[in-house]
Amino acid sequence: MARVILEVRDVTKRFGGLVAVRDMVFDVHQNEVVGIIGPNGSGKSTMINMISGSFAPSGGSIRLNGQEIAGKPAHRTAQMGVARTFQLVRLLPELSVVENVVAGAAFGHRRRWGREAEQFARALLDRVGMGGQINMPVASLTYINTKRVELARALASEPEVLLLDEWLAGLNPTELETGIALIRSLRDDGRTIILVEHVMDAIRSLCDRCVVMSSGVKIAEGTPTEVLADAEVIRAYLGADEDA
Amino acid sequence: MSATDVRNLGLAALALGIAALLPLYDTGYILSIATTMAMFTVLATSWALFSGPTHYISLATAAFFGLGTFVTGLGFQTLPFWTLPLIAAGLGAILAALVGMVTLRLSGVYFVIFTLGLAELVRQIVTWVQNRTGQRGMYVLTSITERDIYWQLIGLAAVVFLAGWLIARSRLGFALRIIGNDETVAKHAGINTALAKVLLFMVSGAVAACVGAMLAPRYIYIEPSTAFAPLLSFQVVIMALLGGTGRLWGPLAGVIPFTLLWEFISRNAPNQTLLLLGLAFLLIVYVLPGGFVGLYERVQRRYRMEGR
Amino acid sequence: MFFILITGLLLGGTYALIAMGLNLQYGVARIMNLANGEMLVAGGFAAFWVYTAGQVSPIAALLVVAPVAFGVNWLIYTLMLRPLVRRAKSRGALEVDSILATFGLSFVFVGVMSWLFGGGYFNYSYLAQRVDIFGSSYGQNRVVAFSIASLIAAGLWIWLSYTRAGLRMRAVAVDPDSARLVGIDVPAVSALAFGLGAAVTASGGALISMFFTLDASVGILFTMKALIIVIMGGVGDIRGTIVAALILGIAETFVARVIDPGLTLAAAYVLFLGVLLFRPQGLFGKKPT
Repeated sequence: MARVILEVRDVTKRFGGLVAVRDMVFDVHQNEVVGIIGPNGSGKSTMINMISGSFAPSGGSIRLNGQEIAGKPAHRTAQMGVARTFQLVRLLPELSVVENVVAGAAFGHRRRWGREAEQFARALLDRVGMGGQINMPVASLTYINTKRVELARALASEPEVLLLDEWLAGLNPTELETGIALIRSLRDDGRTIILVEHVMDAIRSLCDRCVVMSSGVKIAEGTPTEVLADAEVIRAYLGADEDA
Repeated sequence: MSATDVRNLGLAALALGIAALLPLYDTGYILSIATTMAMFTVLATSWALFSGPTHYISLATAAFFGLGTFVTGLGFQTLPFWTLPLIAAGLGAILAALVGMVTLRLSGVYFVIFTLGLAELVRQIVTWVQNRTGQRGMYVLTSITERDIYWQLIGLAAVVFLAGWLIARSRLGFALRIIGNDETVAKHAGINTALAKVLLFMVSGAVAACVGAMLAPRYIYIEPSTAFAPLLSFQVVIMALLGGTGRLWGPLAGVIPFTLLWEFISRNAPNQTLLLLGLAFLLIVYVLPGGFVGLYERVQRRYRMEGR
Repeated sequence: MFFILITGLLLGGTYALIAMGLNLQYGVARIMNLANGEMLVAGGFAAFWVYTAGQVSPIAALLVVAPVAFGVNWLIYTLMLRPLVRRAKSRGALEVDSILATFGLSFVFVGVMSWLFGGGYFNYSYLAQRVDIFGSSYGQNRVVAFSIASLIAAGLWIWLSYTRAGLRMRAVAVDPDSARLVGIDVPAVSALAFGLGAAVTASGGALISMFFTLDASVGILFTMKALIIVIMGGVGDIRGTIVAALILGIAETFVARVIDPGLTLAAAYVLFLGVLLFRPQGLFGKKPT
């Protein structure tokens, strides 16, 4: 199997008395797409936020290419090679589309600046399918195009690991197909991707492996077909309905 | 460097050159007003270097300025005069770094509140130290004339404009724009946001302290309550915002009319200056968001649309 | 030592009232009102005026001061600040706009007040006798001011905790979006909170004028102190505000008596620094997640 890029070991996060994530363990290999799935409130976003450095775990270790990143501030993890998109798209409204992508290239993992950064940004915007829309003001972009720009910004630092936090959420069926094809093509480029996702079609067709979380703990891990057939996973997703 | 860059640099140099000739024409009242304008131009432009892109409103100018005047007041008899603005700049940068490290990792409100009282805080401490050591205010009697001060300020203005131009083209300047748009994105793009903010705040603090050191001879007598007068901070904010912080020349466009208006009001109705200040704040918020620069850009855009 | 403690508590009680007003405005209406200190001075002016002109007790003046402050500030919120809330694209933009607008108002108020009343200091002598507590004597006016401040604060607290209107206000403070979803008229509640906060602060001003010399431009100093108290106690936290105000009152009294009366703001700043460095979420606040 390919070399391990990201190693999550016994990661726990407490908020006051509440344990949001408990003793999580999983690996992400090079050129792999790993899905983190689970019902709402199961701790997926917390997990992503700890990998990207938004907040520090209460315990455990997260290693990127053997280097500890747990507890490092977000700008350090970004420089070490973690890039992310946000659950609610965050673009920089006063900057142009190209500048939005240059923002990802200028300070992150592989740094580019000036003319080189701009050309790289344009190439990436083309890569994610922005086509001729790159001269529009950010505020007038369509929803899927804002997602494209955000994705290009995350790619611009050539990260070791790309975190996509519900990147496909909110797309209509046609856009969803385009989106899934785009992410698949990124994997074919050799990227390593972790995605948090609710859209089952996307999980089935994109993920090499899935980690299923429920109430902050890992309840299953394996290929999408395996985990979606797992009795405990089904219970976790449907259990609430039984009680109701 | 593009052709427009060369043209803009040339124009700026020409404008500063012409401004520098003024003392040959008049050394009285006009020079005095011009010196005030030069002072506010430097202060407001350096203020906007930090506050423009980040949207953090700093009210610390008076604290830095007062610090600078005290450096001159304490040192002019023992040290060569040219070292004083440099020492003041160094101390201003250090004070800014300390304040920045405490407040700039928190939200904007904390920063405003902290800087709001900073001048008063430094004043209380300086007064207390003076009382304990039995000192009072001090006389700064030098052979430096208003004309010398004016030229120093013009020189400093050239440095500030050049620095602003270079910063805007640098990664630091770009980082600050990203921070001003969305700090979370900035962090995840790999920007050490706290460091970037503190660095630029240090630039603006150093410049303000430097201005204070240069202007001290103008006041002749320095005491804490005048050196650290908080009003200065507000004047600088108003002028910078009135002009607009979107362009490097923006604050200048606010300084010229506001200085004249202030001069007029304080001569004819000295009790109404605060009212003027208040109304100017309201004007900026309700009528002129973005200042004259914003207005200029809106007009330009409309003109272009109609041109099509 | 004991004397400092009591004097500090008496001062802190009045601070608590002023800061509660600001906290209502910031916590519920989301406006950091930098003209808050001017409301205080205006309340003080009104008390001064009715006392010297008509020998009306400053306490009775509260009956006029509070409703007028409420009305004026309700109008200010509705006419001037609400449009800013509506046009703001982000919390940050609203923050900058409201800071600038309320600074503007603050200067306008100072300008108008110094035009109406002149630039001089003003004070008056009301209940200036001494009263003995535990062997030391204190100004009667300070004790009375503290008692009334406590009454108003307690009333406010009960109102917020046990009435439907108070519940609505707390709901908006916690989460305006959810409050809107359960049918609360958020703009109306915000305007109410803004007016109420000003009424509380102006009452505090009328009380403080009984033992404190005010002038038209002193408001900003009180704004500073109230801001420090609110941040120290935690935004939206009444209990925190009261504790922080008492701490500030004692710290200031201590510094003024033991070190130098000119260093009271420095004392407040030391506390402020400590909070910023170690507990930016306030004394009782939870760590942000």
